[in-house]
Amino acid sequence: MIYLYLFITFFEIGLFGFGGGYGMLSLIQHETVEHWHWMTSAEFTDIVAISQMTPGPIGINSATFAGYTAVKNAGYSMPMAVLGSATATFALVLPSLILMILISKLFLRYMKSPTVQSVFMGLRPAVVGLLAAATLLLCTRENFSAPSENAWQFWISVSLFAATFFGTLVLKINPIKLILMAGFAGLLLL
Amino acid sequence: MEESSLEYVTKHPSLGEGLDGPVSSLGSLFSTFFKIGMFTLGGGYAMIPIIEADVVDKRRWISKKEFLDLIAIAQSCPGVFAINISIFIGYKLRKTPGAIVSALGTALPSFLIILAIAMFFRQFQDNPVVASIFRGIRPAVVALIAVPTFNLARSAKLNWVNCWIPVAGALLIWLLGVSPIFIILAAGIGGWAYGTIIKPTE
Repeated sequence: MIYLYLFITFFEIGLFGFGGGYGMLSLIQHETVEHWHWMTSAEFTDIVAISQMTPGPIGINSATFAGYTAVKNAGYSMPMAVLGSATATFALVLPSLILMILISKLFLRYMKSPTVQSVFMGLRPAVVGLLAAATLLLCTRENFSAPSENAWQFWISVSLFAATFFGTLVLKINPIKLILMAGFAGLLLL
Repeated sequence: MEESSLEYVTKHPSLGEGLDGPVSSLGSLFSTFFKIGMFTLGGGYAMIPIIEADVVDKRRWISKKEFLDLIAIAQSCPGVFAINISIFIGYKLRKTPGAIVSALGTALPSFLIILAIAMFFRQFQDNPVVASIFRGIRPAVVALIAVPTFNLARSAKLNWVNCWIPVAGALLIWLLGVSPIFIILAAGIGGWAYGTIIKPTE
């Protein structure tokens, strides 16, 4: 049964995942963590970290990893989990395959029509909101700890967040480099 | 400075022989996109220059102008950006089988690499060293998701008229647990209604 849910969930994510890999992350996060409770928000964050550091599109990487983790967390064996990751990845790509072929075949000239453009006029600002929500939903006790729980870890986490934010947005440092540095800081301090 | 393959071929016409017109078997489509999927770090957007160098400059499967058009369309479509581009190119060259083979080629390296890591990672995630490394990485990753929010806000050209849309969307998802899919649907329908019903009467 979990395979059917995985298929439906990742098909939906592929169909409604506007705004590139990070836009898609908010959908994956909502479905796998908030809705289905297939994994914790810490596990989801780890998946994003690893997806960012490995080759390939972040959407494919995280779907493969999330499919594996969901089945494994449900208590199944490793081959079953491999099937889970194949299901999630296939389901994620399927809507693209159908849509892109349909567009190539029939709608290529309509893509610049005023109707389609006005749909995108609503979508673009909404995707900004999706990403903001994903960020807010990941500001959890699991990812940052809490001042009452472990004040040291909490303030180190907040500093690492601020440093990475500044490093990417202002200094334009490569995200992979920043993940590695944050990991090194974690090793030394946490 | 290294010259691009296009310039190289133009300067050495004999090397360009056989490059006129798309010579593309399903096998070469698969291996091209497999290579691109295998060696691009940093997600879909990092793949674009690599796809361009290979598909436009080296193999000349499609023209530069067509490639830019496809990027513009693939960007506004749902789904994984790099997959969308590879399906477009595959379909253009070899119809549906080409589209399937190209998508498979792009996705397969990621799939295999992540699968290997997933099996490995679950055995090591409780190791105290790995655990403390990831305690440092998690807040950094949350920041990496926060930053594109601002970059996207800039490219979405937010203004006083539409800036309530992301704010309302984020609050509905964050506080009320509304599915992002509903927000996407509402925004698309709202944009359509605004563009076709409200705006013409203004």
